[in-house]
Order: sequence, then structure tokens, then C-alpha cells
Amino acid sequence: MKNNSSDSKITKDEDIVMSNPFKAKSHWQLMWEEFKNHKLAMGGIIVLILLYVSALFAGFLTPYNPNERFSEFPNIAPMQIKIFDDNGLTAPYVHPIVGQRNMETLAMEYTVDQSQQIPVNFLYKSDDAYNFLGLFKTNLKLFGSDETQIFLFGTDGLGRDIFTRTIHGARLSLTVGLVGIAVSLILGLFFGGISGYLGGMVDNFIQRVIEFTLAIPKIPLWMGLGAALPQDWSVIQVYFAITVILSLTGWVSMARVLRGQILSLKEEDFVKAARAAGAKSGRIISKHLIPNCMSYILVNLTLAIPGMIIGETALSFLGLGLKAPAVSWGVLLQEAQNVRAVAQYPWYFIPGVFVIVAVLAFNFVGDGLRDAADPYH
Amino acid sequence: MLNFILRRTLIIIPMIILISMISFLIITLPPGSYIDSYLANLQQMGGEIEQSRADTIKERYGLNDPIYLQYWKWVKGFPRGDFGMAFSEERPVINIIQERIGYTILISTLTLLFTWILSIPIGIYSAVKQYSFGDYVFTFFGFLGVSIPNFLLAIIIMFVGLRFFGINLSGLMPVQYMGEPWGLSKILAVLQRIWVPVVVVGTAGMAGLIRIMRAEMLDQLRQPYIQMARSKGVDEIKVIIKYAARIAVNPLISTIGWLLPQIISGGTIAGIVLGLPTLGPKLYNALKIQDMYLAGTIIFFNIVLILIGTLLSDILLALVDPRIRYD
Amino acid sequence: MKNKDKLLEVKNLRTYFDTRRGLAKAVDGVSFDIYKGETLGIVGESGCGKSITSLSILNLVPQPKGKIYGGEILLHRDNDEVIDIAKLKRTGKKMKDIRRKDTAMIFQDPMSSLSPVYTVGSQIMEGIMLSHDVNKSEARKRAIEMLRKVGISPAEQRINDYPYQLSGGMNQRAMIAVALSSNPSLLIADEPTTALDVTVEAQILELMEDLQQEYKMSIMFISHDLDVIGEISDRVVVMYTGKVVEVAEVEDLFYNPSHPYTQGLLQSIPKIGRKKELEPISGSVPQIYNLPDACHFAPRCPYKMDICTKKEPPVFDVGEGHQSKCWLYEEGGKRNER
Repeated sequence: MKNNSSDSKITKDEDIVMSNPFKAKSHWQLMWEEFKNHKLAMGGIIVLILLYVSALFAGFLTPYNPNERFSEFPNIAPMQIKIFDDNGLTAPYVHPIVGQRNMETLAMEYTVDQSQQIPVNFLYKSDDAYNFLGLFKTNLKLFGSDETQIFLFGTDGLGRDIFTRTIHGARLSLTVGLVGIAVSLILGLFFGGISGYLGGMVDNFIQRVIEFTLAIPKIPLWMGLGAALPQDWSVIQVYFAITVILSLTGWVSMARVLRGQILSLKEEDFVKAARAAGAKSGRIISKHLIPNCMSYILVNLTLAIPGMIIGETALSFLGLGLKAPAVSWGVLLQEAQNVRAVAQYPWYFIPGVFVIVAVLAFNFVGDGLRDAADPYH
Repeated sequence: MLNFILRRTLIIIPMIILISMISFLIITLPPGSYIDSYLANLQQMGGEIEQSRADTIKERYGLNDPIYLQYWKWVKGFPRGDFGMAFSEERPVINIIQERIGYTILISTLTLLFTWILSIPIGIYSAVKQYSFGDYVFTFFGFLGVSIPNFLLAIIIMFVGLRFFGINLSGLMPVQYMGEPWGLSKILAVLQRIWVPVVVVGTAGMAGLIRIMRAEMLDQLRQPYIQMARSKGVDEIKVIIKYAARIAVNPLISTIGWLLPQIISGGTIAGIVLGLPTLGPKLYNALKIQDMYLAGTIIFFNIVLILIGTLLSDILLALVDPRIRYD
Repeated sequence: MKNKDKLLEVKNLRTYFDTRRGLAKAVDGVSFDIYKGETLGIVGESGCGKSITSLSILNLVPQPKGKIYGGEILLHRDNDEVIDIAKLKRTGKKMKDIRRKDTAMIFQDPMSSLSPVYTVGSQIMEGIMLSHDVNKSEARKRAIEMLRKVGISPAEQRINDYPYQLSGGMNQRAMIAVALSSNPSLLIADEPTTALDVTVEAQILELMEDLQQEYKMSIMFISHDLDVIGEISDRVVVMYTGKVVEVAEVEDLFYNPSHPYTQGLLQSIPKIGRKKELEPISGSVPQIYNLPDACHFAPRCPYKMDICTKKEPPVFDVGEGHQSKCWLYEEGGKRNER
């Protein structure tokens, strides 16, 4: 049954302007209006901004070098920075780790001493010099202390600070998706564009390739290709190789969306008009078709990034992707491979929480964009 | 109908050939292979028997031949069930496949059923009660499901089992049952654990299915035939199930096409983390030590399983949707 | 009028939609009666609320946004029982009983108004079994009979056909068969011929008239097409922006239209041999959000007066069984000549 209230047509003057095809600006504005109402998506955006900014300023935000080992402090539980003590509100402080010799085993044991309070120094000059945004070297850190180590997320078996490593790990883990998606986008735009636009044999062939690629299970394929990477490659080489591996399957969905969009847009009058006016194919694709598919492309991009992040994490977790000394969330999670270790030191799992939060945030944003791009569904 | 099935089955044959090529390509990419060290080992022993065995292997797999001959020498054994040798285990690859493919199929099928059985009613509910609290809750959990990587969920479940219930959920059965004949207690023991991979892999696909089911339901509920049925005085619950849902599930069947690769994919990594007797962990080991024919065959079988699943789903779709049959 | 017994009284019906753009008053204070055995035509442009009026009568207003906010829909049953449908629960037992036994509806698009996955026969049988206490084989017999009556042959074979195996016209016949399988006292037909070819349209209209004689039912026939309305109706209700603007017997309406909107509609029908040029109504239907308390047709009306934009006109009697919602008839139904 048709909903009568919605089919009445408008022809007030200002409405006529709305309905002409030159409305790129108002389309994005409408999309933004719609997107703003999507609370989860807005939350997702905020989380993502926080994550990427932290990754960018990882050197400043974290107290140590990601590969620095405090061999005397393995498997320390997360420490809290507290602002309340028995006397109420106070300057931020931590309970320090103190060493004590176990008289039976004669080994040193390090525990957090709840009775002492050591104030946290902000804008602390540490021993770790790092390159700030690749601009200059500095050793200024957000926080630190002369009297104790501060391990916000605890340490791993080698005494490395998990907080520092997690924030630094975001750099590789969060960008692998972006680079991968860029590669996928180029492949997808190219194949989807010509498939949808040219049609016929080319379309048929590309469609078969796409169908076939979709039928290939990603993890086994990625594993196979990951295992094929030479052992002596540098972190950067492996990093880009992985983005390419992930894009080998990633372009497909992009190409499909684009082809579908183009097939329907091709029949629109403004495209026919452009062709009648003698515009060349390449120009029609780039000037008319792709701009009109932008919102769908954007939605698809956003929804494809989490898959890439998960892909990198899984590969590195299995030891078939990035390897130490590279620091990524997947590499960090290798520590969590053994469930008994996780059961004993649950903080090993913290990088996993970051993976989940980042992926969730991308999915929320993508969902919000999808609803905004297509408000009638 | 028979014609339809035949046609669909025939399309699979060139696909299988293509898959064998891709599988071969993947395993020949890495420099070096387990065979090299295996042969080196044989030659080191230096005996005549070892030498002639090394020569036989080189000849059988065409190790000194160009790559297309190597490929041909590998695949020409396929029709006879000869997929080459798993050198790391010194036994034919087919034996390992036979041992493990059953569990892979079992877990994949259970996962598929699990995903459908949960997402169909949830999708219907979310559509009928669109924008209700329940709709939002299910949507949120669906998102959580896609957002937790399979291997992390596996670790979380094992962690919870170990830490809070003191039970070890890895593997498919406790050690004492391995190699034992199947009996009621063994089946029960397996049932106690098999849900872990099913849930781990299933949750990843759930959100997608719920979304599709919900959208399809909303679409169908807007159709005139729904109002027509209501105007006849059909009970609302029947309108929803017999009319709307009956049609809304059809497109769900065709999601097997992407759900199955996802399940095989997730099952591989879940199998590795959970230590299951499926193909996944064997693939992992084979890739790590470059036992190429074992790895290649497992990749090959994984994709073939998906093709067969998709074929079955096509046939099923034709059975439930009369419009397709008469095409 | 053949019969002065009322079957249905709609009084001040208000069905609104709570949309993001505001409250859409799709049906706003509509009143009319349907007598037993008559065909009441409802005419108006799309968006005037005619379909929502019909859905309100079956209590099938699209959820969750639509709702009957007020008014009465009184159904007079044969046993002198009077039920106010507007007060019934949408999915309640009583409402279902009315849909099963008293009312039936056919829709515009025959191809999508039958479920594509069940045979035509099973959909007719379902209706028969819901309204009559019969078993399956008896229902099947009646379904075949029903198909024969609506002119689908060979009925014994067609009963096993799926809707997509039938043509549009045949589907429309099948839908009529489904609707009439309950032997209703009121058939609501919402643009039943709009999607059909003109030749098929004529056949379907004829079929409906024949079946009306046979079943002695009332028909509420909704259309935007005055020609069709003129052909099938006994009386006509003209609607504009959710309100009834004119009610008249069919001849009265065509030869003596009182409301400027009706006049405009009649002047915009093309007719063979017509000398005068077509005169479309200027402007277009306003959107039904936040309309002022005035005559909504005033902006397009050639006879617009000051009062028209200030105050909503009440309904004036302009003749026997002829009402008009227009300020022109304020003084005893006298129309100010041009």
C-alpha cells in the first residue's frame, strides 16, 4: 500500500531548485545532517579520532621506548594513577613497585607497595629520546617519574611496558587498513568502473573473476601468501606486502558496489545527455559517474577498513605477518596465544581490547554513513 | 529442475581446475620448500636406497622440470586421489585430508545452522519491532560479533572457561577420548566443546545475516500482498511468518555464497587457536614449514568445499523459490 | 438510491502520521456513509487521503507511524449489531472477525498483491477457510467455483498456478476471487484498474458490477480517474488534502458540480469531440504538513474570497444528497455566478 502522505509532490519554487541534479553540496550536507543523528556513529568518530591522534603522538603520550625491557619487572600487573587517597582529592600519584628478596627462594620479587605514594610528574624529561612527528628529537614525555616505573597496562614476560607498546602498535595496525583500502580502492575503481561502464564481454569476465575471488576463504589465502614472504624482509617491506595481500581480496566488494551503481546511473538522463554531447568514456566515468557514487564508495571504504585491521592482526598473531621488532597489535597479541598465560596475566589481552574497540568504532561509523547515504532504507 | 542442477554442476569443473592452479601458485611462491630439506636429509645419509628414493621423488614431482610440468605432475594424480606426499609426516596428503575434513565439514555445517537459526528470528523480530529497544540491543550485539576477531573471541571464551570454570575448552575432546572408538560418552564430550568453535565463527557472520534478514523483512512487510493477507483476516503472526518471512528468507539462502568462505576462513583460525582436529591447524603447520603439497591440497579442499556448498545453496534456492525454477 | 439502509458510517475520521517532518494529517475529519448495495466512488488526486481512508476502515493504517486519532467508523452488521471499528484493536479478535466476514479489499497492483510463493488457489482457499467453517476439499471446490466466476479458465488447472504465471488482468481477477471468497458485505477497491490496460480495465469493471449484483454487496471504489468513477459509482465523494470537499450522486456531480475543485477536475478530463481546450487546475496539491485552518484549495481556486484564506469552510447542503465544503454556498446554497 502506498503511503499517501509521502507521495504528494511539491512544486514550490525553492523545492524546484532542490530537485535538479546539480546538488552535490546539498547531498553531502544532507548526509551530514543524517549522520549527526546517529549516536553510535558519532561515538565511533570520536573514538577513532582519539585512537589516531594517540598513534600520531605515541612518543609523547607513552613513557618508554616500545622495545625497552625492564628485565627485573616481568609480568607486572597494570598500575593505576590515582587522584584520591585517604585525605580525599590529591595530586596524581602511583603506588611504586618495590623489590624484595624472597628469603626462601632468594629471588628478587617485585610487587606494588600500596603503602607508598609517589607523585606522577607531568611533562617529564625521560631518558628515551624520540622523534616528535618526524620533526625534531626530544625526550619530553606526557608523564613519568624518577622514583618508580609506571606501567599503566602492566608489562609482558620480558618486562616491556604494554601501554607503550599498545599505543605504538596502533601506528602499524591502524594504518595498515588505510593503506590497504587505498590499494583496494584503486583496483576496485578501475575494475568496477570499466566493468559497469563497458559491459559486455569485459563485464562478464570481471564478474566471473569477482565471483571467484569472493569464494576464496580469506584467512587460508592470506596465510598462504603471508607464509610466502621472505624471512629477511624489513618491517616496511613486510608492511606493504601485507597491505597488498589484504587488498587482493579487498578490491572485490568495492568493484561490485561501483559496478552496480554505475549500471543504474548509466541509464540516468544526465549521463545520456553527456554522451549525446560527445563526451568521451573516460570523462563520463570520472566526471559524472564516480562523483555520483562517492557516498557509496565512502560507506564501502569505511566498512572495509575493519576487515583489513582484523586481517593484519590475525596474520601477525599467527606469526605470518609482521614480526618483532615491529610493534603492532597482532604482534603484541602473540603473547596471548597461550590461554594459560592470559589466565595468569589477563593484561596481555589489553591490545586485543584496542583491536575490538577500533573495529567496532569503524563499523559504527560505516553503519552511520550507510544510513546517511541512503536515508530511505 | 534436473537440467538446472546439471548446468550448475558443470560450471564447477573449470572452477576446480582454476582452484588447483591458484593453490599450486600459492605454495610455489615461497623460495625453498620442505622437500629440499627432506631431500638434503636423504642425500646426507648417502645410502643407495636413499639416493634412489630421492631420485624417485624428484621425478614424481618434477622438481627439475619447469613450473607448468611440476603443476601437471601434481594435479594429474588428483582423479586417483593422489594429492602428493606430506613430507613432514612422511605419509600421503590424502590420509591427512581424510582424517580431518569430516570435522571441518561438521563444524562448518553446525556454524551455518547456528548462524541461521539465531539470525532469522532476530532479523524478523528487529523488523517487526523496528527501532524498539530490542532492535537496538540485537543490532549492538551483532556489531560486537563482527568486531571481535575470531581468534580473540576464541581466546576470550577459553580464558573465561579456564579462569572462572576451571575447564579447558581447547581441542574437540579431552585427551583420554582421542583414538577411542565413538560411544555415547565420547559424543557427549565432543558436544561439550564443539559449541566453542561454532559460536566463535558463527558470531562473525551473524550481524550481516541479521541485517539482511531485517532489511528483507522490512521490504516484504511493505508489499501489498501483506496488506491483502491482513485484509483477509489472516492472523498477524501468520502474516509475519507465512507471508513475509517465507519470502524474506529466500535471499538468505544465497548468502551461503559469502557466508561459507567466511565460515571456512574463520574456522581455520579458530581451529588453530583452539587446537581442533580440523584442516586449519594442519594448513598452518604446513605453511610454516613449507610442506607444500599438504598446504596446497588443504587450500584446494577449502575452496572446493565452498563451491560445493554454494552449489547446494543454489539448488535449495531453486527448490524454495518457484520463480527461479521457471526461469 | 436503491436502498437507504446504512452499511457503514464514517464520522469525523482523523488518521494522522507522525513523521519526521511533523504530523501529517492524511485524513482529517472525513465523514461519509455507505449504503447497502451501492457503489460509493472516492475520487481525488494522489495524496488526498483516499487510500488511507480505506485502510482506516479495515484498521490497517501503516504502522508504526500511522494512527487513527479520532472519529468513528460504524459498521452495521446484518444482526443489527453496530461496531465502531475506530475503537477496535488493530490485531484484536473482533477486528479480525470483521475482516474475515464483513469486509474485503482489492489493491492497485495485482502482481504484488498476491504472495508470489503460494498458488492462486491456496490463497483463495485460505480466505474461504478463514470466513467459512469448511474443510480443505470443500474450500478447494469453492475456490474453483470462485475462479470460474471471475472468469479464469480452465479453473481446475489455473488453481495450481502461481501469480507470476498469470497476466496482470488475470491476477486482478484472481485477487477479486480472493477478496470475494469471504462473501463480504463491503468490498473496498483501491484503484483496482489503474495498473491495467484500458481494455482489461473495462472487463474488470464489468466483472465487478456483475459480482456486486450477485453478492449484493457494497463497493467503495477508490480512483483518481473520474471516468472510471463515473462509470461504476452510484454516489461520489471528492477528497482534497485529507478532507471531503463534495459529496453527490454521480449524475449530480458530473452535471452540476458545486465545489471549484470538482469543477476543475471535470474540466481537466480529455474528451473526444470536446471543443474547449483542457483547463488544468493551476498549482498543485500542497503538502499536508502544517496546513492552515482555512480552505486548502484557496490558493488554486479561481473564486477565492477573503474568508477562504481565513476560515475553514463548513459543509453546506447544496441539493438533495449533495454537499459541498465551500464558502460559495454560505447563503442557502446559492452559487455566485461568474
